[in-house]
Amino acid sequence: MTAMSDLTKLTLAAARDGLKAKSFSAVELTRAHIDAMDRNRALNAFVTETPDLALERAALSDAKLGKGEAGAMEGLPIGMKDLFCTEGVRTTACSRILENFVPPYESTVSANLKKAGAVVLGKTALDEFAMGSSNMTSAFGPVINPWKRKSDPSARLVPGGSSGGSATAVAARMALAATGTDTGGSIRQPAAFCGLVGIKPTYGRCSRWGVVAFASSLDQAGPMTRTVRDAAIMLGSMVGHDPKDSTSAPVAVPDFEAALSGDIRGLKVGIPKEYRPDGLSDEISKLWEAGVDMLKAAGATPVEISLPHTKYALPTYYIVAPAECSSNLARYDGVRYGLRVEGSTLDEMYAKTRAAGFGEEVRRRILIGTYVLSAGYYDAYYIKAQKVRRLIADDFAKAFETVDVILTPTAPSAAFGLGETDDNPVTMWLNDVFTIPTSLAGLPGLSLPAGLSADGLPLGLQLIGRPFDEETVLRVADVMERSAGFSAMPAGV
Amino acid sequence: MSLDKDTVRKIANLARLEVRDDELNHLAGELSNILQFVEQLAEVNTDGVAPMTSVAHMELPRRADEVTDGGYPDKVLANAPERNDGFFLVPKVVE
Amino acid sequence: MSYVIQGETGDWELVIGLEVHAQITSKSKLFSGSATDFGAEPNTQVSLVDAAMPGMLPVINEHCIEQAVRTGLGLKAKINLTSVFARKNYFYADLPQGYQISQYEYPVVGEGEVILDMPDGSTRTVGIERLHMEQDAGKSLHDQHPSKSFIDLNRSGVALMEIVSKPDMRSPEEAAAYVTKLRSILRYLGTCDGNMAEGSMRCDVNVSVRKAGEPYRTRAEIKNVNSIRFVSQAIDYEARRQIDVYEEGGEVVQETRLFDAAKGETRSMRSKEHAHDYRYFPDPDLLPLNLTQDYVEAIKAGLPELPDEKKARFIGDYQLSPYDAGLLVAEQATADFFETVAKGRDPKLACNWVMGDFAAAMNRLGRTIEDPPVSAANLGGLIDLIADNTISGRIAKEVFELMVETGKAPADIVAEKGLKQVTDTGAIESSIDAVLAANADKVAEYRGGKDKLFGFFVGQVMKATAGKANPAMLNDILKKKLS
Repeated sequence: MTAMSDLTKLTLAAARDGLKAKSFSAVELTRAHIDAMDRNRALNAFVTETPDLALERAALSDAKLGKGEAGAMEGLPIGMKDLFCTEGVRTTACSRILENFVPPYESTVSANLKKAGAVVLGKTALDEFAMGSSNMTSAFGPVINPWKRKSDPSARLVPGGSSGGSATAVAARMALAATGTDTGGSIRQPAAFCGLVGIKPTYGRCSRWGVVAFASSLDQAGPMTRTVRDAAIMLGSMVGHDPKDSTSAPVAVPDFEAALSGDIRGLKVGIPKEYRPDGLSDEISKLWEAGVDMLKAAGATPVEISLPHTKYALPTYYIVAPAECSSNLARYDGVRYGLRVEGSTLDEMYAKTRAAGFGEEVRRRILIGTYVLSAGYYDAYYIKAQKVRRLIADDFAKAFETVDVILTPTAPSAAFGLGETDDNPVTMWLNDVFTIPTSLAGLPGLSLPAGLSADGLPLGLQLIGRPFDEETVLRVADVMERSAGFSAMPAGV
Repeated sequence: MSLDKDTVRKIANLARLEVRDDELNHLAGELSNILQFVEQLAEVNTDGVAPMTSVAHMELPRRADEVTDGGYPDKVLANAPERNDGFFLVPKVVE
Repeated sequence: MSYVIQGETGDWELVIGLEVHAQITSKSKLFSGSATDFGAEPNTQVSLVDAAMPGMLPVINEHCIEQAVRTGLGLKAKINLTSVFARKNYFYADLPQGYQISQYEYPVVGEGEVILDMPDGSTRTVGIERLHMEQDAGKSLHDQHPSKSFIDLNRSGVALMEIVSKPDMRSPEEAAAYVTKLRSILRYLGTCDGNMAEGSMRCDVNVSVRKAGEPYRTRAEIKNVNSIRFVSQAIDYEARRQIDVYEEGGEVVQETRLFDAAKGETRSMRSKEHAHDYRYFPDPDLLPLNLTQDYVEAIKAGLPELPDEKKARFIGDYQLSPYDAGLLVAEQATADFFETVAKGRDPKLACNWVMGDFAAAMNRLGRTIEDPPVSAANLGGLIDLIADNTISGRIAKEVFELMVETGKAPADIVAEKGLKQVTDTGAIESSIDAVLAANADKVAEYRGGKDKLFGFFVGQVMKATAGKANPAMLNDILKKKLS
């Protein structure tokens, strides 16, 4: 029998195989992770822990495993981003306004995972309503990245965001994997900051039903794991057409794991010149070049491409996403659920409730979104952004006429420290400069850990694929993962 | 575009967000800064480009006209801050 | 002859446009699978989507699309093969999402027309600007508690068609005729039950006044007027109010007003004081609605005969007056009833009976055409008895009342009561002889020139025959005998 602490170091694939081989039980595996959650509570990765539910669920999994009826994720303990509504378990979006909200329903993605046998350990923290790149906007305190700088191990670093709780939980071995959601980089950037694999699938792959909405035309769920294979396994249990989501694509679910053939010979890999802005750090540049070399060595051909509207992706996003958010968050009004601050009139109740319930970043985005949709400004801002969005999507479509996949850095830097950013919100938004274009175009994007910074922090590279071609993205990522041989772990894990 | 305090007050009211008077200056500055950032889009030539509202390459799905949902007032009301007799309650509205 | 209101400064003309919200007849809501039945317990017909729980998403009801297209075709309107759902953002207690999913820039139906049937038998055409689909809001009850409003979301998400007319109406009567006709068309199409008392049809009325030849002046919008009578009343009140404002040197402000049916007046709505900025934008949870021409054609092929066509046919085939035809076709069931009665019979006689004694009995007894006091077959049978001289028109009225009372077939009543008219010349002659013999003095007066007494003799003979003498024969024989 494997030692309890070792159980948390398994990959999802190895744990799956171990369960099937009866090397350990789902209850043992789950208990090992619950212990890890206890030890790492200071990292603040979970908003709500559900150890009892997890153990109950694990016992059921053991019964199923015993009968040979195991699902694809049977008995595997995972974290669930607290943006997925979970029936009977508080779902907060890390906002005061939903602090006590207990959904009477289960999101399609979390239901799919549970149906596949996954054991949910609890709800992981995020930036409030998934708006942020650091996890510092959570109403329940920041999440701490388990990785430390060599130069200053005492500095507390952010895990990135918005899926920072999920990233920390997986990196610190509190969960084998976790769900994330990605609107502009919220899976990929924290994956990069925490040395994980994270994939945002094609828009429409995962149902958005039951996921607290931030920006409906961009939001996508995806897995955050420690290996590419794990991502392929978990993705397969999350996706699928959902008739309850009008934007859920009626496409077949491929066997993502089977796509990991190890063979990428002859593939053309686009290297967009616009992703090398002035001031891109040497470290990131070098990592990117190393990535190109790995691909060449594996028989793929790098091709320089141009995505000319790349620099306009960030301003486009910061019109589109706040506009949608301002409308999506109108339902938090203190009437049917969530926080209410009393007022003498209905309007006063609304204004007080929403001012008290939403944090600074959320309020800021609601105000911007309200402004860009308001009379007289709609065309200049919103319509303009929608047009540029098409140009950005067209750039990718054109590039994919000649290349099979695109390689870029995931984020412009390694994880930064809590409180190391300036007050200008735009500076924070720059974290997502490489991930946002993919989101605007609705394409699949994956971040994989490709190396460590000089200061010992993980750095990620991003692979972008054609619509609904997650298989190529995963296949290339798998090959790169083998070449990169990323095996570092956060100190103390 | 630089926002003045009155405009901030106006959009805060549209968004039903209470904003204190002493916050207005700071917010106006911050929002103006953001607007300046996004206004670089003005330099992109978008003549003849159709606005893109969705990246989903599919037709709008339609469901059959059948009663498949509802009938669970307890669930609907379970999280209500104030409820009575099957209704949600709010401060009285004068029409 | 146009309608004007005389003010102190001269004649004022009215300009009226209507926005009618018609509930689409469907089992389930526009974007969710909960029921639409009227009068259910609060919040029992509410899904998680209707309550706008976090992460809930809309999926459109295909039947509602079909109903909207069918209505557009019934209004002879342009069907837009691509339309877009947009969010109309505003806060209200019974609007759970904080926005209403509606159609704004790209409605499913474009310009069309409604032909009004005026009481004098003339017609007038009112343009339709557009028709779009949207969600209804919930319901707020303000009278349950001193300091609280109660919110019921049963209506939340019910499919509506908003049908916007052009400002083509010039009098309260035209507005009433418009709503009446629109309601009739929707009911023919089966796309809205037109039940105004249950809120299935509500009107927002835009009213302004002007002097002849002027451009439009500022209009006021009167919200949620829920009967055709109130539409007329509200317009009349509002027009006079605006005229007073102008004549006292004031200006009419563009505002939303509420019609107080109890007082018969309109008043400014406090809750709508804020200028709205609805921040419409395409709903990112939905995609554009694309229809094919084939789809539209298939719906078109299945349209029923609509009131205007039916009216034309009734005028042409049955030689009815436009007025009679207009009344008969207003409700499909009435038109069907009439056609059953008229089949193979004198249509004018059928029309007179349906709109005369039959309609009177229906009203008197509070019955409906679906539950008529006399069946179409029996009414037809009655007309047959008149046509073949079995009974006279006068006896027929008596028989009709007995039919209403007993539900029996007219022939059975006639046989039972012995009401068959007397057509035997000998019998009529002997009755006449008896009457003339008994009134020799009057016969002398008649012959002396007092022509009016003829009626007296007819009456006496009828009395003697219990009304059953064939009137024509009686006249003929009596004339001969008196000459």
